[in-house]
Amino acid sequence: MSQDPSTAPVGAQEIVFDRVVKAYPGAAAPAVDDLSLTVPAGEICVLLGPSGSGKTTALMMVNRLAEPTGGDIRIGGRSVRDMDPIELRRSIGYVIQSAGLFPHQTIADNVATVPRVLGWAKKRTRERVAELLDLVGLPVNEFGGRYPAQLSGGQRQRVGIARALAADPPVMLMDEPFGALDPITREHVQDEFLALHDRIRKTVVFVSHDIDEAVKMGDRIAVLREGGRLAQYDEPRTLLKEPADAFVARFVGADRGLKRLSLLRLSDLEPAAAGEDSAGLPELPAEATLRAALSLMVAQGTDRVRVRGADDTRLGTVSLDAVRKAGAA
Amino acid sequence: MDTFIRSFAFMQERFPLLLEKTGQHVWMCAVVIAVSVLLSVPAGLVLGHLHRGEFLTTSISNIGRALPSLAVIAIGLGFIGLNFTNIAVALLITAVPPILSQTYLAIDQVDPDTVRAARGMGLTPAQVLLRVELPLALPVLFSGVRIAVIYVISAATLATVAGGGGLGDIVLGQATYGIEGVVAAALWVAALALVSDGLIWGLQRLLAPKGLRVSGVGRGAG
Repeated sequence: MSQDPSTAPVGAQEIVFDRVVKAYPGAAAPAVDDLSLTVPAGEICVLLGPSGSGKTTALMMVNRLAEPTGGDIRIGGRSVRDMDPIELRRSIGYVIQSAGLFPHQTIADNVATVPRVLGWAKKRTRERVAELLDLVGLPVNEFGGRYPAQLSGGQRQRVGIARALAADPPVMLMDEPFGALDPITREHVQDEFLALHDRIRKTVVFVSHDIDEAVKMGDRIAVLREGGRLAQYDEPRTLLKEPADAFVARFVGADRGLKRLSLLRLSDLEPAAAGEDSAGLPELPAEATLRAALSLMVAQGTDRVRVRGADDTRLGTVSLDAVRKAGAA
Repeated sequence: MDTFIRSFAFMQERFPLLLEKTGQHVWMCAVVIAVSVLLSVPAGLVLGHLHRGEFLTTSISNIGRALPSLAVIAIGLGFIGLNFTNIAVALLITAVPPILSQTYLAIDQVDPDTVRAARGMGLTPAQVLLRVELPLALPVLFSGVRIAVIYVISAATLATVAGGGGLGDIVLGQATYGIEGVVAAALWVAALALVSDGLIWGLQRLLAPKGLRVSGVGRGAG
């Protein structure tokens, strides 16, 4: 999922946190302390940490809803301090928990918010709204005239994403965007967002306190500890395999080996030829994760699963041993 | 009971008089409410937007609630004397606190996440206030106006003591109109308060954004 900088998409921009400090007056310790990290253009960076780790504060300093008291944040090489806060915010998509939709405005009006303050022509705004609502699977004819209260939580969150994308910003900030959703809906909206991101390739900074979400969504994960200090910044696989210290190890959880397996799919392995004896084995599609395969093997008391390809073709079998080796690699 | 029945006869016989006094009453109240809204709403909007002045608005509201209009008129006697200015000031002091405090509360209580989303998208402070906070605050804001209207309609009966006219001329004019006149006019004041409340409620339904009715946000705030 991570990208070579040379293939970074046009329109996305790198975000650099350069020794950023945020100290609130009267507070004993800073909320964010000497935070340095670079989010490559077009990638999703998850800021992960417990409450009090300053992850939301770090995010809000990117669009200057909070002002750093030290250091600098640069987007595409330009310091956010040199930009007018209003202009800056209009060039950054912003999605928050429970979407923050305006309850008194229709879905179409909500999505049109930034184009309108930017003074777009009505026709262009209307077309953009239709395009975006299509993109998130809520066609404007059916949903445009509804109010947020008439949508489900998952639909509202999709509108929130469409609204954030309205002016085609190079950068998106997402503050626990799926935190208020039930687990099944959350999973679904996460998948949708990842598919969407594959197409639009914005640079995304994503705040979460959920390690599973971070592993799933992040190209990179920045683990923050209390007091807003960076504990580790790595790709999910590395983070799970080699936690930098006891804090990170505890935060990613004792089941980090299983979490690593959830990053790999059966299609990533070379299946062994399925012999006659494979008839009674449990079967999984090739896009299933190794974690699901392991779980199935444990549940069924077998040491192999059969892999089903597209169009129900049988690709072969994967053994417990192969899963274990892949997880440790 | 007899007086009560005779009061309806009075309404029938002296209908033109009641109508004339009602006209004066309504005019006086409308002016007071209009001035109060112009004074209180902008102040409440700005204070609520800044989330400052909770102490100020609550104090004004409490003082306003604790001071009977008659007391305000009495205090005013020492400064202004007994004239229409005194009455107008007393009525303003009745009307401003509920409108100011409810406007402040209405804005202050708008969901902070909604406001953060608006700011985060690059709306200017004025756009946040007028496009997001104000429409969301309208139901609660209107509840303040409705309280003020009821207070002022009943307090305006006192205007008569300064020659201000209105239904108070009859309510406080037992010598001229008899007890049945007093009861009849008092009933009219009550009816006027109820009807005005209903009208403003209708106006609120008309002005408050449709999306709020759909979602039930702010329902029951009146």
